Amino acid sequence: MTALLKIEGLTKAYPGVVANDDVSFEIAPGQVHALLGENGAGKSTLVKMIYGLVKPNSGTMTLRGQPFEPPEPRAARADGVAMVFQHFSLFDALSVAENIALGMENPPPMAELAQRISDVSTEYGLPLSPDMTVGDLSAGERQRVEIIRCLLQNPKLLIMDEPTSVLTPQEVQILFATLRQLSAEGTAILYISHKLEEIRSLCDQATVLRLGKVVGRCDPRQKSAAELAEMMVGSELRPPSRTPAEPGAPKLQVTNLSLPAPSAFGTALRDISFTVHAGEVLGIGGVAGNGQDELLSALSGEAATSGATVRLNGQPISTLGPNARRALAVLAAPEERLGHAAAPNMSLIENALLTGATRQNLTRNGFIDWAATRRFAEQIITRFDVRTPGPGNAARALSGGNLQKFVIGREVLQTPEVLVVNQPTWGVDASAAAAIRQSLLDLAHNGAALVVISQDLDELMEISDRFAALNEGRLSAPRPAQGLSIEEIGLMMGGAHGMEVAHHGTA
Amino acid sequence: MDLSSINAASLIASLMVASTPILLAALGEMVVEKAGVLNLGVEGMMIAGAVCGFVIAVETGSPLAGFAFAAFGGAVLSLLFGVLTQYLLSNQVATGLGLTLFGLGLSALLGQGYVGQKAPPIARLDIPVLSDLPFVGPVLFSHDVMLYLSLAMVAGVAWWLKNARGGLILRSVGENHDAAHALGYKVVRIRLMAIMFGGACAGLGGAYLSLVRVPTWVEGMTAGAGWIALAIVVFASWKAGRVLLGAYLFGGITVLQLNLQAAGAKLPVVVLDSSPFVITIVVLVVMSSARNRAALAAPASLGRPFHASG
Amino acid sequence: MVRLEQRPSPSAFWTYATPILAVLATMVAGGVLFALLGTNPVAVIRTIFWDPLFGEFAFYYRGQLLVKAGPLILIAIGLSMGFRAGIWNIGAEGQYIMGAICGAGAGLAFYPSESFLIFPVMIIAGALGGWAWSMIPAILKTRFGTNEILVSLMLVYVAENILASVSSGLLRNPEGQGFPGSRNLRNWDAAANTEIITGSGMHWGVVAAFIAVILAYITLSRHMLGFQIRLTGESPRAARFASVNPTALILICMGLSGALAGLAGLFEVAGPAGQISIDFNSGYGFTAIIVAFLGRLNPIGILLAGLLLALTYIGGEAAQSNLGLPSAAIQLFQGMLLFFLLAMDVFANFRLRFGRVGVS
Repeated sequence: MTALLKIEGLTKAYPGVVANDDVSFEIAPGQVHALLGENGAGKSTLVKMIYGLVKPNSGTMTLRGQPFEPPEPRAARADGVAMVFQHFSLFDALSVAENIALGMENPPPMAELAQRISDVSTEYGLPLSPDMTVGDLSAGERQRVEIIRCLLQNPKLLIMDEPTSVLTPQEVQILFATLRQLSAEGTAILYISHKLEEIRSLCDQATVLRLGKVVGRCDPRQKSAAELAEMMVGSELRPPSRTPAEPGAPKLQVTNLSLPAPSAFGTALRDISFTVHAGEVLGIGGVAGNGQDELLSALSGEAATSGATVRLNGQPISTLGPNARRALAVLAAPEERLGHAAAPNMSLIENALLTGATRQNLTRNGFIDWAATRRFAEQIITRFDVRTPGPGNAARALSGGNLQKFVIGREVLQTPEVLVVNQPTWGVDASAAAAIRQSLLDLAHNGAALVVISQDLDELMEISDRFAALNEGRLSAPRPAQGLSIEEIGLMMGGAHGMEVAHHGTA
Repeated sequence: MDLSSINAASLIASLMVASTPILLAALGEMVVEKAGVLNLGVEGMMIAGAVCGFVIAVETGSPLAGFAFAAFGGAVLSLLFGVLTQYLLSNQVATGLGLTLFGLGLSALLGQGYVGQKAPPIARLDIPVLSDLPFVGPVLFSHDVMLYLSLAMVAGVAWWLKNARGGLILRSVGENHDAAHALGYKVVRIRLMAIMFGGACAGLGGAYLSLVRVPTWVEGMTAGAGWIALAIVVFASWKAGRVLLGAYLFGGITVLQLNLQAAGAKLPVVVLDSSPFVITIVVLVVMSSARNRAALAAPASLGRPFHASG
Repeated sequence: MVRLEQRPSPSAFWTYATPILAVLATMVAGGVLFALLGTNPVAVIRTIFWDPLFGEFAFYYRGQLLVKAGPLILIAIGLSMGFRAGIWNIGAEGQYIMGAICGAGAGLAFYPSESFLIFPVMIIAGALGGWAWSMIPAILKTRFGTNEILVSLMLVYVAENILASVSSGLLRNPEGQGFPGSRNLRNWDAAANTEIITGSGMHWGVVAAFIAVILAYITLSRHMLGFQIRLTGESPRAARFASVNPTALILICMGLSGALAGLAGLFEVAGPAGQISIDFNSGYGFTAIIVAFLGRLNPIGILLAGLLLALTYIGGEAAQSNLGLPSAAIQLFQGMLLFFLLAMDVFANFRLRFGRVGVS
């Protein structure tokens, strides 16, 4: 069978970094081809070149035997290439039909388009109402909008960038059924992920990228997850060591915590209750946008609540602000590094002051002790191996992983009794992620109570003592993490969010 | 006070005339904001349009040529804002303010030799039969062509934004410029066109002031009309039909307070003179305290700079 | 093809170089403009920028420099605090007027007493007047989320109406033969804001401006309040995470800028202007916005920018009387300066890349 898309020697360099270096591979019609690699391996840049968003410095692409150089996404779409983005390119305030029309070259009139949306969505088992406002949809439904937008153009090649990071395990199964159906109909799928089990169950060919280079090709069904991981990372991974301790006294108690949604498209917290003991790690999973940010705000003190909903050692702290809670050793590290945990254009010294002022005694009568602040920043940089020319550098000049190490290190070094973190290793390479997880486990070992919110289930299973899941602002009852099955976790996360649909035409 | 001196028909007719400058400017700014750009230079573009229109109308004797040039002048000035904010990524608030200061200076300079002259009159477009109707005739069907054009533009913009593909694309750019870029739309180019449309509209509005409403050239004659146009966009929740409502309400207040002054109302002049501004503030407060609706209506990318990386 | 590429950190060199380049570019563009107007561009530029400092009548103009720069700097310092935090008080002109009215009114209430307390009372009343006027947009913003840009601006027009009203009503000089305008405060020792050093132009308002520069510098570089202001401007969400109370910050920044604008108004009415009159305000509140940006929202920069803009005022007046240059030209000149500065800012945050990206 001749190749649908052939890529030869593709190279793309940015100042200071080569994103793709001489990358070559082929995709056959109907093939499900995995592009496997860590964060920063160059997967996204590669597919952006295929989709016409980024222009390569050198190398060639051939589509159905013809030279293929899309100057812009429109041209790529015209040639039958469609893409579903990792961060959805959707418009919250517009309707489903309007969103889909925007992604098409010559959309039919709205009424006809709405009909076609309904038709395609039933055909592929992805129910969707064309008149809904996209901002009101769940993450899984939003992804469907993107997929249907692609399918309406009868693509020959469908690119999917990390599509399952926003889905529950049950929703993943629905998506996979759709993708298999498409593949059976002859559509090739380029599937980007770093989740090994998914690739093993879905894909028939894999190209592994590391630091912009192709480091391996294989049939993922013939390899074990460990073998794939080794190809991806380049060395054997050392999982964090864990010595489960007897949980101590209750540290942080949350009782019937409810909080209205902070904005029109935010999530309200509903009646959340849990207790974390000294020396314990409570892992909180869930699909993005189900109240993770809001829960962190309520625990960090950014959003005050009433009465005794949040207690530390039995004392209510619900109405205290972030600094007052820091004084009591309740610390937090939010998900968004740039713009929430750190100010992008400020130096690391100033960012050290951002949360360190209270506990590190960096101010006197409101005046800042810059020398002490610099020492604190330098301490974080050394202890957490933050790669930067110096503490005077702006936060946004750091890579995601290095900044994450700084943000986590800043809290860990302040010896918290309670630490709440959201997505501690998001976008961080494997070795840095392992280091961050180890530092969290060390804290727990020394008697701190930890709440780790994450969308990475493997991570949560690795470090949690107990596990709970957020679903539409509600928290499931925490259960011991040991021995939880993936189905049980999926149900705690809300199953398929009532979107189950029987697939027809699939095995 | 002699209220009988206020004639209802002429009151409504003059209300429409008084509202048209703000209506045009606000309509243009609404389109700009729909594209996600906040141009605070409306006042500057209006006054530039007022002087451009006046000068050309006086020199050529044709008010319509004046209007055409006013639209052109407003668009050119807005292009300055567009290049600064879209290509050089300058702060939109600061640049808009700069545009207003610049426009005020420029217009005073251009209009120097024209102070005190009278604008050539613009023909009334009496619509046969309809304009002879009692009351309704003089109120609705006996205006100049620009006033009708402004109403047609409201309808046109409303239709275009809702139904046309171009309108959908414009809204998408204002909602989420990163997503629009990812879909391959030229965010900067679309925004530049919107900014120029806004500039042309503001120019027309300014010219309506100097050619029809006043009709003469006075330095600084916009006297805050551009800022009120900005407030009307907020009041209208970014909907064309409500821009019309807001502008006419505001025009009504202006005309009414002038008539009250003329009729010798007992209220102090300072209260009457300030009433349009105070009422605008009150309206802004009411609109913003109904927070959820207003927040939903504002384009999500409004005022945020866009820079395509890679 | 030219492309912009974001720098990892803003360039320190360009941060300082852009204001200077902007001034030079404005001189060139202004020169072209003046040539189009039929005046000799070199003569105009010299009249505006050189003669007031080093020319024949420099002894007079140099004094005027501080007189004009004082209020500009005082207002711009207040504005810059808010601008840094993303709080856009652009109604300083109104706060300036209200400060002058309240300050002058408080003084005139005691006319003709010669108590030494009168001037301090006027200063407090002036600051309070500006502060109160700025509290309207501040409270509306914190309470209802109303846009402070529009509200503070609307209040400028209201303040102008009040000014017109009181200068021919409440504060009119009873011995002024019915002409509008208040008593002249300069002729009343207890209330006069006199020159401290004769001929220098140094009055109490200029002293206040210098003090404001120093205090603002210390606050921004050493104090938590300054850090919180900068943090809020950089990233409002990170500011909340750092325990900054946004409501309090809005009230502080708006109140501070209002009070300083009010002070500037009071010092102006009790000194250089002398009386409340219908055309008392001369646009300092708006020009101060240019000063704040030209000074890069940095206190020292504002000090220099205030002096520069004062120079354009004085030079502009000289060019008006000596060369017949229209007064509007100088306003245009100031607007151009702001534009060039904003345009050149791109160099501080971005690198220009020339040449096409190769596509093979």
